[in-house]
Formats: sequence, structure tokens, C-alpha cells
Amino acid sequence: MTFDAIDTWWWPFLFILVAGWLATDAWRFLGVYLGGRISENSDILVLVRTIATALVAAVIGNLIVFPSGALADTSLVLRLAAAGVGFLAYLGLGKKVIVGIVVAELLLIMGILLGF
Amino acid sequence: MTDDAADTDPEPASRRAWYLRGVRATFSIPGFILTSAFVGFAGLAREAGLTLAEAVFMTGVVWALPANVVLVGAILSGSSLAAAAFAVALSSVRLMPMVVALVPEMRGSRTPRWVLYALSHFVAVTSWVLAMENLRHVPREMRTSYYAGLGSTLVLTNMVVVAIVFLIAGSLPPAASAALLLLTPMYFLTSLWGSAREQAGHVAMLIGIVLGPAFHAIIPGFDLLAAGLVGGFAAYGFHRLRRGRA
Repeated sequence: MTFDAIDTWWWPFLFILVAGWLATDAWRFLGVYLGGRISENSDILVLVRTIATALVAAVIGNLIVFPSGALADTSLVLRLAAAGVGFLAYLGLGKKVIVGIVVAELLLIMGILLGF
Repeated sequence: MTDDAADTDPEPASRRAWYLRGVRATFSIPGFILTSAFVGFAGLAREAGLTLAEAVFMTGVVWALPANVVLVGAILSGSSLAAAAFAVALSSVRLMPMVVALVPEMRGSRTPRWVLYALSHFVAVTSWVLAMENLRHVPREMRTSYYAGLGSTLVLTNMVVVAIVFLIAGSLPPAASAALLLLTPMYFLTSLWGSAREQAGHVAMLIGIVLGPAFHAIIPGFDLLAAGLVGGFAAYGFHRLRRGRA
């Protein structure tokens, strides 16, 4: 049962409610229920963080390597170069999120305009 | 005024004032960066084939941006409902300890449970960081009002932003449209690296970013889950190994 499996107006909303709302708020509610009973530094939470990080990183990788829309019309080399240089700029210039974004975007737009 | 005035709820006017201070706290650098990230998300949701209503609905009910992006990523790779829910749930476990840390900060002596459950929906990285910074300057009995102002404003503002960008995105020239779609990966590439609390977080990122596309080519539909679990456990193993040696 994928997102486009059933052709009705309500199916996407049900999909979002179950895979989105329930899958996030269940954790928030559990947090309220548990109150102040878990330490932020316990070892299991390191695993919780690494899995979440790897998952979101996988999405990042997919968005760069297999993008959709207008970004799909650019070359993979340009996207990798823009993201890579943007990330290096972020690391080198004081770890400001905005620096990484601006450098990557400028490179991408220059690349598109120059026909890469 | 009754005799037990000191025991009853504080003045509604005072509650409103603290609610409004919470509203004002969203006009900050973290709030601005979050909004620009939702600009990118709107473009992404549109390209994934969502309607305007679905994108705005998703923003409101899911709220945490990584969970939103994972959900759209799952939709893009044709995941089943179960696989999408599992991936989103795995990406959102960390909301639980965040709420656990926030609740004792926010709770007044007579705060009803349901208020805490309702307010917990607003918990995502930005509102949590702002709250953990600012709540200690707010009188304890007013903290729920303050966080209600902060959280509801962030959610509503970004729902409106997603709607506006969604409407504009269709008429953008191709270069601007491509730039819009690069916003989300760049936002997470940098913010995720910066927020990693231990080196294992960086290891998890590097493995995940390579395994995501690799698994996407081999097992689309389960790519995110597989990359998250393999990358997460590998990075955790790295964490244990390092600590064992130290």
C-alpha cells in the first residue's frame, strides 16, 4: 500500500496520519508519560541518535543522487560538486549552516547558467 | 476575589502576556533558519506529487522537519505504508528523550497532564532549543503559556510558508526551481553535522549518505530503513569500540 495505492482524496491524508503523525507523536507522548525518568546520556540514546542520523543522511544522499523535478535535469557531477564544496565551506568558515547553503546554491546556479 | 485567590490560576491577562512573549521568541535566528528550511521542504513536497493541502497538513501534523523529509523521501521511493511509518518512527525516536528533558522544565506545580501532552506536539529541534534556552527566565506557572505561544507560532508560520512557496514554486524558472530543491539536502548536510553530539554521529552521517543512494538502486522502498539501521548500528559499534579503548 504505497502513497498512490488508492485513488481517493482521503487515502494520502490517512497515509500521512499513520506514517507521519502517529509515527512522531507516539514518541512525544511517550516522552511526556516517562517524565524525567531517562537520562540524555544513557547509552541506548546514542544508538537512537545514530540510527536517526543515518536515516536522514540516507534521504540527503537520495535527494542529491536521485533528485526530482528541475534538479533532476542537472548533472550528477554538478550536484555532487555544489554539495561537496558547500559542505567544505561550512566546515572551513566557522560551521555556519547559512554559509554551506549559500555556497552550494551559488555553485549550482552558476553551473546551470554555464550549461554544466 | 475569593480567599484562596493565591491558589487559583494566575490572571488570564498575565497568561496572555506570556503567550505573546513566546510568540515573539520565534522571531530569532533559529526561527529564521527553520523557515528557510521549510521553504525547501515545500518545493520538495511539490515535486514528490503532494497536493497543497497534503503538504500543509503534513507540516502541521508531523511538524519535525527530519520526519517530514523522511516521509516525503519514503513516498518518493515508493515505500508501503508500513515501511514509511517504520522509517519515520525510527527517525523520530529522538523526540522522546527531548520531551523527557523538556517536561520537568515546563511543568508547573498544578499543570494538568493533558496540557503537557498537547504541548508536546510542538517539540522539534528548533522549538526545543529555544525553549531550553528561554524557559528558565519565565515564571514557572507561566511556562506552559510561553511554550504554547512559541510552539504554535512556529507551526502556524511554517504551514503558511509551505502554502505560499507551494503556490509560487510552479512559476519559478528552472534554475531557481533546482536551487529550491537543493535547499533541503544542504540544510540537513550542515545542520546534522553541527548538531552531532558525539563523533559516532558523524560516522552515521557518512555511512548513511553513501548507503542511501546505494540501497535505493538495489532495494527501493526499503532503502531508508536499511541505510538507517545499518548506518546506525555501525556507528554505534564505532562508538562502543572507541569508548572501550579509551
